[in-house]
Amino acid sequence: MGELKTELKNKIITSLNLEDISVEDINDNDNLFGEGLGLDSIDALELIVMLDKDYGIKLTDPKEGKKIFESIETMAKFIEENRTK
Amino acid sequence: MSNRVAITGIGIISSIGMDLEENLNSLKNSRHGISKIEHIDTKLKDKILVGEIKKTNQELESILKLPQKNSWSRTSMIGAIAALEAINNAGIDVKDDADIGFINATTVGGMDMTERYFYDFIDNPENRRYIQSHDAGNNTHNICDYIGLNGFVTTISTACSSAANAIMLGARMISSGRLDKVIVGGTDALSKFTMNGFNTLMILSDTYNTPFDEKRKGLNLGEGAAYLVLESEQSYKKRSKQPIAYVSGYANANDAFHQTASSENGEGAFLAMKKAFEVAELSPKDIDYINVHGTATPNNDLSEGRAIINIYESSDKVPEFSSTKPFTGHTLAAAASIEAVFSIFALREGLIFPNLNFKNKMKEFDLTPVTELEYKEVNTILSNSFGFGGNCSSLIFTKSH
Amino acid sequence: MENCYINGIGCISAQRSFEKDYLIEPIVYSEENILKVVKPNYKDYISPAAVRRMSSGVKNGIVASTMAINDAQIESPGAIITGTGMGCMQDSEKFLNNLINHDEEYLTPTSFIQSTHNTVGGQVALGLKCKAYNFTYVNTGVSFESALLDGLMQVENQGGQNILVGGIDELADHTSKLYKLIEHTKSDDDVPYDIVNKRTKGSISGEGAAFFVLDKEKTANSYCKLADVKFVNNLEASNLETFVTDFLASNDLIASDLDAILLGNNGDIEFDSYYDQSELLFGGAAILYYKHLFGEFMTSSSIAVSLGSDILRIQSIPGALFKNEVSHPKGEIKNLLIYNQYRGKDHSLILLKNV
Repeated sequence: MGELKTELKNKIITSLNLEDISVEDINDNDNLFGEGLGLDSIDALELIVMLDKDYGIKLTDPKEGKKIFESIETMAKFIEENRTK
Repeated sequence: MSNRVAITGIGIISSIGMDLEENLNSLKNSRHGISKIEHIDTKLKDKILVGEIKKTNQELESILKLPQKNSWSRTSMIGAIAALEAINNAGIDVKDDADIGFINATTVGGMDMTERYFYDFIDNPENRRYIQSHDAGNNTHNICDYIGLNGFVTTISTACSSAANAIMLGARMISSGRLDKVIVGGTDALSKFTMNGFNTLMILSDTYNTPFDEKRKGLNLGEGAAYLVLESEQSYKKRSKQPIAYVSGYANANDAFHQTASSENGEGAFLAMKKAFEVAELSPKDIDYINVHGTATPNNDLSEGRAIINIYESSDKVPEFSSTKPFTGHTLAAAASIEAVFSIFALREGLIFPNLNFKNKMKEFDLTPVTELEYKEVNTILSNSFGFGGNCSSLIFTKSH
Repeated sequence: MENCYINGIGCISAQRSFEKDYLIEPIVYSEENILKVVKPNYKDYISPAAVRRMSSGVKNGIVASTMAINDAQIESPGAIITGTGMGCMQDSEKFLNNLINHDEEYLTPTSFIQSTHNTVGGQVALGLKCKAYNFTYVNTGVSFESALLDGLMQVENQGGQNILVGGIDELADHTSKLYKLIEHTKSDDDVPYDIVNKRTKGSISGEGAAFFVLDKEKTANSYCKLADVKFVNNLEASNLETFVTDFLASNDLIASDLDAILLGNNGDIEFDSYYDQSELLFGGAAILYYKHLFGEFMTSSSIAVSLGSDILRIQSIPGALFKNEVSHPKGEIKNLLIYNQYRGKDHSLILLKNV
């Protein structure tokens, strides 16, 4: 799952245009939203699309995203369990 | 009443009617215009419902008698149809009028054409005449040139509050004596761009929109256009024309909370409504009916509801209200002017139109909209329109006695 | 009716317009028909979290508006009014590209949200937590003039304070290609470009953002007085003289009272004749041009207001704005008129006065 986590960190940096951040700057258990990395609700929608496009997971309710996107750790776990790609 | 500006003509086209009469009949008979989209080929066809004007672009061109090779977007065409009706309704001749203006509102502009030919333009000269019709202003110019209006012309684009802002500016231009007559309102056609855009925000419903309902799932996009003719007292008295209603209050405020979502307590909405009352020199208890923005998104209805309750200080003081978006869908930049025309119907006919599809009130507060057509004397109406970028506008219309 | 003063200015353009005296050594563009802005240091003005989503127009708008607010030394504007001809084209193109290339799948919201025309106005309000009146005008060649007139009305009729008014337009790759195709932008073959002296089809395309703080009170920083703004969608060449003289008369002026005129010549063989005709009306005034330095875009008249304001404050005209011969007016530069039109439509007049 380590590879997936690094992959996720890279994807977050590119798709959300986080120019000044590198993979090393994001810890697996850091809060992605609010105080941690500072992502917001629009970023959540971008990540929902990424889940579908890259991992074949469709979320129908944006509110589900809150738990899934808590940290890289929670994201990776969820993807491992639900990916179809 | 010093800010009061007369409305002497109205015109409209929407998914519930091609003109004033058809729209009024649909409203009276609870006949909505929500369906699956037909004139645009999109992957969203079976996933969403929209308020579509059931006329192809060719049919609209025919109605306007446009030459075959024209550079008109669908937005311009429906705008011209509604503008013409407003002018005829007001009984004015715009052609040689030096003190007349046109204030349009649109978000889509010519995007409905641009999205068709975006890459095709490069290799194929056939449709390049549509390149220049992309920008909002060009659409306004087409309408003005068509109706023969030369004068003060501009366009406002503030997302879903656009037409309210056009009406507001028009009222100020008349009040300040800068113009004698001004045609104000908005137009937006459906486009793949907007349907997909709203879909990415996950706020579109796959069924009929249910504003202020606990189980609301989101909005239905719509298309349409509507215009009001605003006129100075001096002008309408000179030609012995009786106003059909008045714009008595107006205000715009910004939520400054988030780019697309409204703040929890709808502060921008609250400020807009409060200021509109000040401009009208009226108080909340003077309102007989509120035409709410009521898009049926989880976010809007909650924050708008809270803002209204804050204005009235308690939910049991809130007057009768409804959203007419279950009839027409959310017509974006045209919404406020379409709803202005509906408000004028309500004032003139003594009617309150129902908030269709409503079943369960929201758990957060005790607000139940009007659900059946009601015959009742209506003298003063508050109309809300809130857009992206935190743009909140409120208008107050009063009856002409 | 109150007076209206321009008390703060911020300008991002194809020149180093965020520096003092930048027209002493202007950047000369003779080989380019697309003029991009000289970029300020965006990170000095916008947080990384916010800047990551912004197109250049939004960034330029935020920087220019911040500069204007700082220049005027105010905390928060009393209203935010913007004008943009094409709106946020970069994000519109991004969303459209994805829409078409992925056939409506895997679309993300950011570029859709950022593409709405009032994004700049909305972002400026968000950054300042400003809940005041916020309008965006999008009417081709008078998008900025509409915002300016609204601002003027707010000050004159309602005693508005610290009204922030701005014009913004940004270049976008695909759209630039399309405008070359339909000859709205000059052909690549027409080099060297010399729009003041040589006319061919189209103009040289530019972009920029210029913001102003308007107030009823004069301050130590006041540049000039904004006296009047007027515009009309269509104007026959035969009515141009009446349009100008009526405007001046309503401001108690005649043509010979004007000391300097800023004209919107852009080297377009189809439409620059309007400016030739207008020049005949202005006997002794200094006739000035600016689009050879800044390019043409629907809100380029905002640059003209920035230039006109500077001229009135320092009472001196940069040589780069003269056609061929520098002929500086003798005596006070009191009244400055800006005349612009866009491809034969949207004729506008802006009158600035010395204070």
